[in-house]
Amino acid sequence: MNRYVLPLVAVGALLVFLVMGLRHGDPRALPSPFIGKPAPEFELPTLKNPEVTIGKDHLLGDYSIVNVWATWCVMCRQEHPFLMELSARKAIPIYGINWRDNRPEAIRWLEQLGDPYLASAYDADGRVGIDWGVYGAPETFLVDPEGTVIYKHLGPLSPQVWQREFVARMNKSEVAE
Amino acid sequence: MTRLFTLVLIMMGSAVAFAIDQDKRFDDPELQARYEKLISEVRCLQCQNQSIKDSNVTLAADLRREIARMIEEGQTDEQIADFLVTRYGEFALYRPRTTGKTLILWIVPFALVLLGGFALFRVVRHRTSLPIDDPDGKGAA
Repeated sequence: MNRYVLPLVAVGALLVFLVMGLRHGDPRALPSPFIGKPAPEFELPTLKNPEVTIGKDHLLGDYSIVNVWATWCVMCRQEHPFLMELSARKAIPIYGINWRDNRPEAIRWLEQLGDPYLASAYDADGRVGIDWGVYGAPETFLVDPEGTVIYKHLGPLSPQVWQREFVARMNKSEVAE
Repeated sequence: MTRLFTLVLIMMGSAVAFAIDQDKRFDDPELQARYEKLISEVRCLQCQNQSIKDSNVTLAADLRREIARMIEEGQTDEQIADFLVTRYGEFALYRPRTTGKTLILWIVPFALVLLGGFALFRVVRHRTSLPIDDPDGKGAA
Protein backbone atom coordinates (compact mmCIF):
# COMPACT_ATOMS: atom_id res chain seq x y z
CA MET A 1 0.00 0.00 0.00
CA ASN A 2 2.77 2.34 1.05
CA ARG A 3 4.48 2.14 -2.32
CA TYR A 4 1.49 3.75 -4.05
CA VAL A 5 1.46 6.82 -1.85
CA LEU A 6 4.32 8.70 -3.47
CA PRO A 7 3.18 8.23 -7.11
CA LEU A 8 -0.37 9.18 -6.13
CA VAL A 9 0.82 12.35 -4.44
CA ALA A 10 2.93 13.18 -7.50
CA VAL A 11 0.05 12.64 -9.94
CA GLY A 12 -2.27 14.59 -7.63
CA ALA A 13 0.11 17.54 -7.57
CA LEU A 14 0.40 17.41 -11.36
CA LEU A 15 -3.40 17.44 -11.68
CA VAL A 16 -3.65 20.46 -9.40
CA PHE A 17 -1.20 22.35 -11.62
CA LEU A 18 -3.02 21.32 -14.79
CA VAL A 19 -6.39 22.45 -13.43
CA MET A 20 -4.84 25.74 -12.28
CA GLY A 21 -3.49 26.20 -15.79
CA LEU A 22 -6.93 25.60 -17.30
CA ARG A 23 -8.68 27.98 -14.95
CA HIS A 24 -6.22 30.75 -15.66
CA GLY A 25 -8.80 32.33 -17.94
CA ASP A 26 -8.00 34.32 -21.06
CA PRO A 27 -4.56 33.18 -22.25
CA ARG A 28 -4.20 36.48 -24.10
CA ALA A 29 -4.53 38.47 -20.90
CA LEU A 30 -1.03 39.26 -19.68
CA PRO A 31 -0.21 40.76 -16.31
CA SER A 32 0.52 44.42 -16.94
CA PRO A 33 3.96 45.47 -15.68
CA PHE A 34 2.47 48.89 -14.85
CA ILE A 35 0.32 47.80 -11.93
CA GLY A 36 1.52 49.70 -8.88
CA LYS A 37 3.80 51.88 -11.01
CA PRO A 38 3.34 55.50 -12.09
CA ALA A 39 1.34 55.92 -15.30
CA PRO A 40 3.62 56.63 -18.26
CA GLU A 41 4.19 60.26 -19.19
CA PHE A 42 2.56 61.36 -22.42
CA GLU A 43 1.69 64.49 -24.32
CA LEU A 44 -0.71 64.19 -27.24
CA PRO A 45 -3.08 66.40 -29.19
CA THR A 46 -6.71 65.84 -28.35
CA LEU A 47 -8.88 64.10 -30.89
CA LYS A 48 -11.36 66.91 -31.35
CA ASN A 49 -8.92 69.79 -31.31
CA PRO A 50 -5.34 69.19 -32.55
CA GLU A 51 -4.28 72.54 -31.05
CA VAL A 52 -4.98 71.36 -27.52
CA THR A 53 -2.77 68.77 -25.88
CA ILE A 54 -3.51 66.35 -23.10
CA GLY A 55 -1.02 64.70 -20.80
CA LYS A 56 -0.56 62.78 -17.61
CA ASP A 57 -1.23 65.89 -15.48
CA HIS A 58 -4.90 65.65 -16.37
CA LEU A 59 -5.09 62.27 -14.62
CA LEU A 60 -3.89 63.53 -11.24
CA GLY A 61 -6.03 64.52 -8.28
CA ASP A 62 -8.82 62.00 -8.68
CA TYR A 63 -9.40 58.42 -9.66
CA SER A 64 -9.74 58.21 -13.42
CA ILE A 65 -9.87 55.62 -16.15
CA VAL A 66 -7.94 55.69 -19.38
CA ASN A 67 -9.76 53.80 -22.09
CA VAL A 68 -7.85 52.77 -25.21
CA TRP A 69 -10.20 52.68 -28.17
CA ALA A 70 -10.40 52.84 -31.95
CA THR A 71 -13.12 52.80 -34.57
CA TRP A 72 -11.70 49.59 -36.08
CA CYS A 73 -12.10 47.85 -32.73
CA VAL A 74 -15.26 45.75 -32.63
CA MET A 75 -15.28 45.24 -28.86
CA CYS A 76 -15.02 49.00 -28.36
CA ARG A 77 -18.42 49.39 -29.96
CA GLN A 78 -19.72 46.74 -27.58
CA GLU A 79 -18.47 48.51 -24.45
CA HIS A 80 -19.40 51.99 -25.62
CA PRO A 81 -22.93 52.09 -24.11
CA PHE A 82 -21.49 51.22 -20.72
CA LEU A 83 -18.93 54.03 -20.98
CA MET A 84 -21.83 56.36 -21.80
CA GLU A 85 -23.63 55.13 -18.70
CA LEU A 86 -20.56 55.70 -16.48
CA SER A 87 -20.18 59.21 -17.84
CA ALA A 88 -23.90 59.97 -17.46
CA ARG A 89 -23.87 59.08 -13.78
CA LYS A 90 -20.50 60.81 -13.33
CA ALA A 91 -19.01 57.66 -11.83
CA ILE A 92 -15.42 58.58 -12.70
CA PRO A 93 -13.52 60.89 -15.07
CA ILE A 94 -13.02 59.00 -18.33
CA TYR A 95 -10.13 59.78 -20.64
CA GLY A 96 -9.62 58.12 -23.98
CA ILE A 97 -6.61 57.21 -26.01
CA ASN A 98 -7.75 56.98 -29.60
CA TRP A 99 -5.18 54.43 -30.74
CA ARG A 100 -3.93 54.20 -34.31
CA ASP A 101 -7.11 55.55 -35.75
CA ASN A 102 -8.30 57.99 -38.34
CA ARG A 103 -9.28 61.37 -36.93
CA PRO A 104 -12.42 62.13 -39.02
CA GLU A 105 -13.76 58.60 -38.51
CA ALA A 106 -13.11 58.73 -34.77
CA ILE A 107 -14.90 62.09 -34.48
CA ARG A 108 -17.82 60.71 -36.46
CA TRP A 109 -17.96 57.71 -34.10
CA LEU A 110 -18.28 60.03 -31.09
CA GLU A 111 -20.95 62.08 -32.84
CA GLN A 112 -23.01 59.01 -33.67
CA LEU A 113 -22.58 56.98 -30.48
CA GLY A 114 -22.04 59.78 -27.97
CA ASP A 115 -18.85 60.99 -26.31
CA PRO A 116 -18.22 59.64 -22.79
CA TYR A 117 -14.69 61.06 -22.64
CA LEU A 118 -13.59 64.27 -20.92
CA ALA A 119 -11.01 64.18 -23.70
CA SER A 120 -9.49 61.65 -26.02
CA ALA A 121 -5.80 61.76 -26.86
CA TYR A 122 -5.13 61.18 -30.54
CA ASP A 123 -2.33 58.60 -30.82
CA ALA A 124 -2.06 58.28 -34.60
CA ASP A 125 1.20 56.34 -34.83
CA GLY A 126 0.74 54.21 -31.71
CA ARG A 127 3.81 55.66 -29.98
CA VAL A 128 1.99 56.41 -26.72
CA GLY A 129 0.16 53.08 -26.99
CA ILE A 130 3.54 51.36 -26.81
CA ASP A 131 4.52 53.43 -23.76
CA TRP A 132 1.35 52.25 -22.06
CA GLY A 133 2.03 48.64 -23.05
CA VAL A 134 -1.14 48.47 -25.12
CA TYR A 135 -1.47 45.40 -27.31
CA GLY A 136 -5.17 45.05 -28.03
CA ALA A 137 -8.03 47.51 -27.82
CA PRO A 138 -10.14 47.93 -25.81
CA GLU A 139 -7.93 48.25 -22.77
CA THR A 140 -8.87 50.24 -19.70
CA PHE A 141 -6.46 51.49 -17.05
CA LEU A 142 -7.54 52.55 -13.57
CA VAL A 143 -5.33 55.36 -12.31
CA ASP A 144 -5.37 56.57 -8.71
CA PRO A 145 -5.22 60.26 -7.65
CA GLU A 146 -1.41 60.14 -7.42
CA GLY A 147 -1.15 58.93 -10.99
CA THR A 148 -0.36 55.30 -10.16
CA VAL A 149 -1.85 52.59 -12.34
CA ILE A 150 -3.75 50.25 -10.04
CA TYR A 151 -5.52 48.04 -12.55
CA LYS A 152 -5.67 47.24 -16.23
CA HIS A 153 -8.58 45.50 -17.91
CA LEU A 154 -8.19 43.81 -21.27
CA GLY A 155 -11.41 43.57 -23.28
CA PRO A 156 -14.75 45.33 -23.10
CA LEU A 157 -16.00 46.87 -19.86
CA SER A 158 -19.31 45.70 -18.44
CA PRO A 159 -21.25 46.48 -15.25
CA GLN A 160 -19.96 43.23 -13.71
CA VAL A 161 -16.33 43.96 -14.52
CA TRP A 162 -16.80 47.52 -13.30
CA GLN A 163 -18.13 46.42 -9.91
CA ARG A 164 -15.77 43.52 -9.39
CA GLU A 165 -12.50 44.98 -10.62
CA PHE A 166 -12.74 48.77 -10.52
CA VAL A 167 -15.11 49.81 -7.74
CA ALA A 168 -13.63 47.21 -5.38
CA ARG A 169 -10.10 48.52 -5.98
CA MET A 170 -11.05 52.16 -5.48
CA ASN A 171 -12.74 51.40 -2.19
CA LYS A 172 -9.85 49.28 -1.01
CA SER A 173 -7.21 51.93 -1.57
CA GLU A 174 -9.38 54.56 0.11
CA VAL A 175 -9.53 52.42 3.22
CA ALA A 176 -5.79 51.93 3.08
CA GLU A 177 -5.11 55.64 3.20
CA MET B 1 20.79 12.21 -51.72
CA THR B 2 22.38 15.35 -53.08
CA ARG B 3 19.13 16.13 -54.83
CA LEU B 4 17.19 15.76 -51.57
CA PHE B 5 19.67 18.02 -49.84
CA THR B 6 19.27 20.65 -52.54
CA LEU B 7 15.50 20.40 -52.24
CA VAL B 8 15.66 20.92 -48.49
CA LEU B 9 17.93 23.91 -49.01
CA ILE B 10 15.49 25.43 -51.48
CA MET B 11 12.61 24.90 -49.08
CA MET B 12 14.53 26.52 -46.25
CA GLY B 13 15.28 29.46 -48.51
CA SER B 14 11.66 29.85 -49.53
CA ALA B 15 10.53 29.96 -45.89
CA VAL B 16 12.64 33.08 -45.45
CA ALA B 17 10.81 34.65 -48.36
CA PHE B 18 7.61 34.61 -46.30
CA ALA B 19 9.01 37.01 -43.72
CA ILE B 20 6.90 40.15 -43.61
CA ASP B 21 9.48 42.83 -43.13
CA GLN B 22 11.41 42.74 -46.39
CA ASP B 23 12.66 46.26 -46.70
CA LYS B 24 16.09 47.03 -45.42
CA ARG B 25 16.18 49.52 -42.60
CA PHE B 26 19.90 50.00 -42.44
CA ASP B 27 22.63 50.37 -45.03
CA ASP B 28 25.18 49.10 -42.54
CA PRO B 29 24.94 45.27 -42.76
CA GLU B 30 26.01 44.94 -39.14
CA LEU B 31 23.13 47.12 -37.91
CA GLN B 32 20.73 45.34 -40.26
CA ALA B 33 21.81 41.97 -38.82
CA ARG B 34 21.31 43.25 -35.26
CA TYR B 35 17.91 44.62 -36.22
CA GLU B 36 16.80 41.34 -37.78
CA LYS B 37 18.02 39.31 -34.84
CA LEU B 38 16.23 41.59 -32.36
CA ILE B 39 12.88 41.57 -34.13
CA SER B 40 12.97 37.80 -34.49
CA GLU B 41 13.27 37.54 -30.69
CA VAL B 42 10.36 39.77 -29.77
CA ARG B 43 6.94 38.22 -29.40
CA CYS B 44 4.03 39.81 -31.18
CA LEU B 45 1.62 40.56 -28.33
CA GLN B 46 -1.42 40.81 -30.57
CA CYS B 47 -0.82 37.53 -32.35
CA GLN B 48 0.97 35.42 -29.81
CA ASN B 49 3.31 32.69 -31.04
CA GLN B 50 4.63 34.85 -33.82
CA SER B 51 7.62 37.11 -33.62
CA ILE B 52 7.20 40.73 -34.67
CA LYS B 53 9.41 39.86 -37.62
CA ASP B 54 6.80 37.42 -38.96
CA SER B 55 3.70 39.43 -38.20
CA ASN B 56 2.13 42.24 -40.16
CA VAL B 57 -0.34 43.49 -37.55
CA THR B 58 -0.03 47.17 -36.73
CA LEU B 59 1.48 46.69 -33.29
CA ALA B 60 4.27 44.52 -34.71
CA ALA B 61 4.98 47.19 -37.32
CA ASP B 62 5.03 49.86 -34.59
CA LEU B 63 7.44 47.84 -32.48
CA ARG B 64 9.72 47.22 -35.48
CA ARG B 65 9.76 50.95 -36.11
CA GLU B 66 10.61 51.68 -32.46
CA ILE B 67 13.39 49.07 -32.41
CA ALA B 68 14.86 50.50 -35.62
CA ARG B 69 14.74 53.97 -34.07
CA MET B 70 16.50 52.80 -30.91
CA ILE B 71 19.23 51.08 -32.92
CA GLU B 72 19.72 54.30 -34.86
CA GLU B 73 20.04 56.17 -31.59
CA GLY B 74 22.84 53.80 -30.66
CA GLN B 75 21.08 51.97 -27.83
CA THR B 76 22.38 48.57 -26.78
CA ASP B 77 20.43 45.32 -27.14
CA GLU B 78 20.09 45.33 -23.36
CA GLN B 79 18.50 48.79 -23.37
CA ILE B 80 16.10 47.75 -26.10
CA ALA B 81 15.11 44.63 -24.17
CA ASP B 82 14.53 46.79 -21.08
CA PHE B 83 12.32 49.11 -23.10
CA LEU B 84 10.12 46.18 -24.09
CA VAL B 85 10.07 44.50 -20.68
CA THR B 86 9.03 47.65 -18.79
CA ARG B 87 6.08 48.03 -21.18
CA TYR B 88 4.99 44.51 -21.97
CA GLY B 89 6.67 42.38 -19.33
CA GLU B 90 9.14 39.53 -19.67
CA PHE B 91 6.61 37.76 -21.91
CA ALA B 92 7.52 40.01 -24.83
CA LEU B 93 10.91 38.36 -25.12
CA TYR B 94 11.22 34.93 -26.63
CA ARG B 95 14.28 34.38 -24.48
CA PRO B 96 13.38 35.74 -21.05
CA ARG B 97 16.34 36.74 -18.96
CA THR B 98 17.38 34.13 -16.38
CA THR B 99 16.36 35.89 -13.22
CA GLY B 100 14.05 35.19 -10.30
CA LYS B 101 11.01 33.39 -11.57
CA THR B 102 12.63 31.90 -14.66
CA LEU B 103 15.61 30.62 -12.68
CA ILE B 104 13.40 27.94 -11.13
CA LEU B 105 12.61 26.60 -14.61
CA TRP B 106 16.30 26.07 -15.20
CA ILE B 107 17.02 24.46 -11.84
CA VAL B 108 14.05 22.16 -11.31
CA PRO B 109 14.70 19.70 -14.20
CA PHE B 110 18.29 19.12 -13.10
CA ALA B 111 17.20 18.79 -9.48
CA LEU B 112 14.59 16.20 -10.52
CA VAL B 113 17.14 14.20 -12.51
CA LEU B 114 19.49 14.16 -9.51
CA LEU B 115 16.65 13.15 -7.21
CA GLY B 116 15.55 10.38 -9.56
CA GLY B 117 19.11 9.13 -9.91
CA PHE B 118 19.50 9.04 -6.16
CA ALA B 119 16.21 7.13 -5.73
CA LEU B 120 17.23 4.63 -8.43
CA PHE B 121 20.59 4.16 -6.74
CA ARG B 122 18.87 3.45 -3.41
CA VAL B 123 16.45 0.94 -4.93
CA VAL B 124 19.10 -0.90 -6.91
CA ARG B 125 21.45 -1.13 -3.95
CA HIS B 126 18.62 -2.40 -1.77
CA ARG B 127 17.63 -5.06 -4.31
CA THR B 128 21.19 -6.27 -4.84
CA SER B 129 21.63 -6.75 -1.10
CA LEU B 130 18.60 -9.09 -0.90
CA PRO B 131 19.22 -12.85 -0.55
CA ILE B 132 19.30 -14.61 -3.91
CA ASP B 133 16.59 -17.13 -3.07
CA ASP B 134 13.24 -15.94 -1.96
CA PRO B 135 11.42 -18.94 -0.50
CA ASP B 136 8.16 -17.10 0.24
CA GLY B 137 8.11 -15.42 -3.18
CA LYS B 138 7.20 -12.17 -1.50
CA GLY B 139 10.02 -10.06 -2.84
CA ALA B 140 11.43 -7.15 -0.96
CA ALA B 141 8.25 -5.77 0.53
